[in-house]
Amino acid sequence: MTETRRPWFWTGFFALVSLAYLYPIALVVINSFKDKVFISSNPFSLPTAETFVGWDNYIRGVQQTGFFASFGWSLVITIGSAALILLCTSMCAWWIVRMDNTFARTLYTSFLFNLVVPFQMVMFTLSWFTDALRLGTPFGLWIIYLGFGAGLAVFIFTGFVTSIPVELEEAAVMDGCGPVQTFFRVILPVMKPAVITVGILEVMWLWNDYLLPYLTLDLKRYKTIPIAVQYLKGGYGSVDMGAMMGVLVLAMIPVIVFYLACQRHIIRGVVAGAVKG
Amino acid sequence: MRKSLRNWGWLFTGPTLAAFMIGFVIPFVMGVYLSFTKFTTVTRASWVGLENYRRIFGDGVFLHSLWYTAAFTVVTTVIINVAAFAVAYMLVKTFRGTNLFRSVFFMPNLIGGIVLGYIWLLLLNGLLGLWARSITFSETYGFWGMVALLCWQQIGYMMVIYIAGLQSIPGDVLEAAQVDGASNRTILWQVIVPLVMPSITVCTFLTLTNGFKMFDQNLALTNGAPSRLSELLALNIYNTFYGRPGFEGVGQAKAVVFLLIVASIALLQNWFTRSRESKA
Repeated sequence: MTETRRPWFWTGFFALVSLAYLYPIALVVINSFKDKVFISSNPFSLPTAETFVGWDNYIRGVQQTGFFASFGWSLVITIGSAALILLCTSMCAWWIVRMDNTFARTLYTSFLFNLVVPFQMVMFTLSWFTDALRLGTPFGLWIIYLGFGAGLAVFIFTGFVTSIPVELEEAAVMDGCGPVQTFFRVILPVMKPAVITVGILEVMWLWNDYLLPYLTLDLKRYKTIPIAVQYLKGGYGSVDMGAMMGVLVLAMIPVIVFYLACQRHIIRGVVAGAVKG
Repeated sequence: MRKSLRNWGWLFTGPTLAAFMIGFVIPFVMGVYLSFTKFTTVTRASWVGLENYRRIFGDGVFLHSLWYTAAFTVVTTVIINVAAFAVAYMLVKTFRGTNLFRSVFFMPNLIGGIVLGYIWLLLLNGLLGLWARSITFSETYGFWGMVALLCWQQIGYMMVIYIAGLQSIPGDVLEAAQVDGASNRTILWQVIVPLVMPSITVCTFLTLTNGFKMFDQNLALTNGAPSRLSELLALNIYNTFYGRPGFEGVGQAKAVVFLLIVASIALLQNWFTRSRESKA
């Protein structure tokens, strides 16, 4: 936007701040290679010949938490729920905007309300209800997430649909398309930017969500990554800090890969989501 | 078109509506009802009227957590917004590395609250260990520990929104101000801040609700220790539900109060945004 008088000073300044900013993460990585006894007693020292344990912490962490299974279930839940949310709520949002009758408006208002309600309000009843309906599996969670996460998606999609000119659809109808064809052939491609925005916001939420899966999943059979991390803390007295460090690093790797791959979309999604939120 | 659209309504709204009923509407309605009952399982409840609500306000731990959360929210809202604005203000200028720095500041947002909590537990206990203390030494330690954690996580997120706001200011407005001889300080306060007011509103309300709703980080970092003094509201409600048999009704009533607080923040934002739009 504007020139600054001492560009090199600011580059240096922010380089130092950035390094400090990354320090907590670096600290975990460093400690993940140290014997667990030395992690709590002296977290700031680098591994030495005496304290270095190679990949031991990672191996123990993976074994104690069943990390790769958790990773797999996290993937299944995140991708499945996000896909279902994108498909169903984009259809629903288009219908709400174009019908604009009492039913559509009531629906819209209920979704807005959903946006405001904190999870604690429904957590007890929801966990009972999912159990009663036998939905406590990763696939059952797709439905639960579609239900509880619909608000934000519908809200962003309706905002976007109102900006699509009706003429576009009318042309499709003239060509003999029914509503379903019109939606999938004409509307959905136009909605692509909004789909990316909602997709990013939902994935960021789904991947990291702890409490909802913790309360609804059958934990003997399924865990997600946040649940696996919390599980290490467990109730058995002292925590194995070595295994913890290993699992923390492993938990951060997919996130960082995702960030490096889609950084532009993520930042655009956050901005678009915020302006409308 | 409208008629055939109506005929296809079941397909367009059906799946979302069915899931919405299961995942939200039914649990919500039941939750409101149960807040007026005494229950241990959802199907065995007896009506007690406002008894649960009355008991909330005799619960010292809850009242403490209410003030603790309010203080936490105010402190984090101020720090995060001031810092995020300052960083954004510098990073829209032209010098080497601005893109890289933005990426670094934003990154912690993608890491989940539980993982963040344990990262900071290592760092903070390491630091406090130098004085033979730990994060659970007192509620004040937990408070500032969580403040540091949440700031670290969210400054980058708000920075991204502020950057978008700053970049939408037309260049000629700033040039005009410079030509008129306004100092940098005057331009900042008289031109830039009023023009990014929409971003300031959005970020303020985002940080307010995030502060009030924080759970994962609290669970991982202090889990309420020592003796439930560092419990934020969300964790307090959770512990009432799952930690004290016989108090489920009270927990549900607390959740309703929690909803009312969060909803009033949202209504306030709505009102704020509208009143500003009508002026513009």
